[in-house]
Amino acid sequence: MAGLDVSNLSASYGGERVLGPLTLSLAPGQRVALVGRSGAGKSTLLSLLYDEAGPKTAFLPQELGLVDTLSVFHNVYMGQLDRHSIFYSLLNLLLPLRKPRQEVHAILETLGLADKLREPAGELSGGQRQRTAVARALYQQGDMLLADEPVSALDGPLARRVMDALTQDYPTSVIALHDVDLALAYSDRVIGIQDGHIALDEPSSRLTTADLQPLY
Amino acid sequence: MLRSRTGVVTLTFIGIALACLPFADLAVTTLNPWQELQRLLKGLLTPDLTATDALLTAFTRTIAYAFTGVALGAVAGFFLTTLFSSRLIRVFCAFIRSIHEIFWALIFLQCLGIHPLSGVLAIAIPFAGIFAKVYSEIIDEADPLPARAIPKGSGRMARYLFTQVPEAWPHLRTYTAYRLECGLRSSAILGFIGLPTLGFHLEAAFAQGFYSQVGALLLVFYVLIATMRLWLRPRLVPVYLVAAPFFLGEGMPIMWGNVTRFFTEDIVPHPLRNGEGWEGFQPWLMDILANQALPGIWNTLLLTQMALVATGVLALLAFPLIATHFGGPVRRTSGHVLLVIARSTPEYMLAYILLQLWGPSMLPAVVALALHNGGIIGHLVGRMSDEVPLRKGAPTGFNRYAWELVPRVYPPFLAFLFYRWEIIMRETAILGILGITTLGFYVEGAIQEIRFDRAMVLILITALLNIGVDALSRRIRAWLRLRTRPTCEA
Repeated sequence: MAGLDVSNLSASYGGERVLGPLTLSLAPGQRVALVGRSGAGKSTLLSLLYDEAGPKTAFLPQELGLVDTLSVFHNVYMGQLDRHSIFYSLLNLLLPLRKPRQEVHAILETLGLADKLREPAGELSGGQRQRTAVARALYQQGDMLLADEPVSALDGPLARRVMDALTQDYPTSVIALHDVDLALAYSDRVIGIQDGHIALDEPSSRLTTADLQPLY
Repeated sequence: MLRSRTGVVTLTFIGIALACLPFADLAVTTLNPWQELQRLLKGLLTPDLTATDALLTAFTRTIAYAFTGVALGAVAGFFLTTLFSSRLIRVFCAFIRSIHEIFWALIFLQCLGIHPLSGVLAIAIPFAGIFAKVYSEIIDEADPLPARAIPKGSGRMARYLFTQVPEAWPHLRTYTAYRLECGLRSSAILGFIGLPTLGFHLEAAFAQGFYSQVGALLLVFYVLIATMRLWLRPRLVPVYLVAAPFFLGEGMPIMWGNVTRFFTEDIVPHPLRNGEGWEGFQPWLMDILANQALPGIWNTLLLTQMALVATGVLALLAFPLIATHFGGPVRRTSGHVLLVIARSTPEYMLAYILLQLWGPSMLPAVVALALHNGGIIGHLVGRMSDEVPLRKGAPTGFNRYAWELVPRVYPPFLAFLFYRWEIIMRETAILGILGITTLGFYVEGAIQEIRFDRAMVLILITALLNIGVDALSRRIRAWLRLRTRPTCEA
């Protein structure tokens, strides 16, 4: 199980510091919810954490990083590109094989997306695209997850279903969430970001929704 | 306006072209140029479509050469993109694309003989160099995020094939289809140097004065290019690709002894072959440089600079013909037809026809280059001008042209023009084969005399000249801060 230790992380944009310097330590088995107003620096922090993270980390950026011209199957399959030989992957690019197809299908089923297996990612709705990217992270079966608003385009029950699947497969994670209730329900530690700095870092059990309001 | 960077560059180039005029031979030497032109126009209006057998073979061969050559070039070019970060590969690609298809064909005709492989390779090799460059440019523009979102340990190749290539795929397809159109033109003109494509039949019909046959060949060619959208369906492409090699025809058998001799003896400089060493090589090379390369380069440059400016002038005059900001559906339709004809007739074919009508001088060459390239740029600029939003009550007529449209489309127009500079020079060198004393004239002469060593030196010089102009054009475009997408500029 992997943790993550970073110190003095900082980022500048156009000569102006937008994040940090901040130091952060993440223990294995810890689920962190990253909260804060939009523009506070959550996405930048996640991106920097990914640069520092180990090779088996799954990254789910806010813009998803799907390849629109490829099918849902291919986009999900990409989660395991590091495990297969280039020839095996090339074969799957040209003609999906049975085994990976069934594995991907099973994951899509839990996310309610099984009927879109062959559809190009570019033709999906926003929520479907988001679940495709989630499926890619699930298929990767890494040891840590860094996700940026993975359920922002999904409604209540579906959002919970997706969060259930993500937290079940990834005991160690940092997930940025703007929904305060979800943040508290699916984490054991909450980090609040304000103006590029850590403004709050508490176990979730000690927090209520009211405690998080000042961050917004 | 004239003091801006674009103004200075424009004036400089116009000045150079004017300075070239006194040195250039622009005479009409035939006795009855207009009568010939009349006969040709009459032939176009009364095309003889009865010789269906010959027509059909000419066209299946032309299409088959184009498909096979472009497909091979595209596959090779695609593989080269994976190595394109290497400087060596980039230089190699720049080199193979700086040699014109016709020169490649002349080389292969000498070693392989009149064999389909000569024509196919002549198209495939320079196209591979072009594909490698443009494909990499397109792929480099792909969104980098998917490559970041996949696992860190994914190999470079997996990352490339799963994220960058699919992102760029639609653009790659469009560009390849466009190159196929270029391939059809290249394939057609290969006939002029003896391969069994359209140009061969065109030259024969011309030589015998069968203008109605000329008309038929040209008309079918235009229809073929104009209807590409209809017959070039993505689903049908695999069918064409599988079928194409079977329609190339037989040709003469390849004499492998000739091939070996060509590379080990024929193209080795004469003094070295005779064991005269450096002592003999130097005067030999100086002789070629002084008596053939220099006059060839001089005339190539003269013709290129005049043709470049004439192309620009023609494009600026032609684009309003298809622009929607001016009224009149009749004007637009006829404008489109004119521009399609201008841009789908290869320069070489136009120059050949004009040369038959006006006799050998630089005039037919300038006009041919300007018509073809002006047609292409006029078409692109016309389409671009349609996207210019005009305010309500904007001036009309000439004022609209001069104040609203030209200032806005001028930078991209210059970008297109400078992009075609190298292409115009490549063609200029080739037109020498028709008897105008550019570099191609001396190459053809050396081949006629079976002095392939000299021909190779001259072809190398032509290639270096093209690479030089390409580099200069890139500098000027950078200085003018001109940017265009590779997909529409080629």
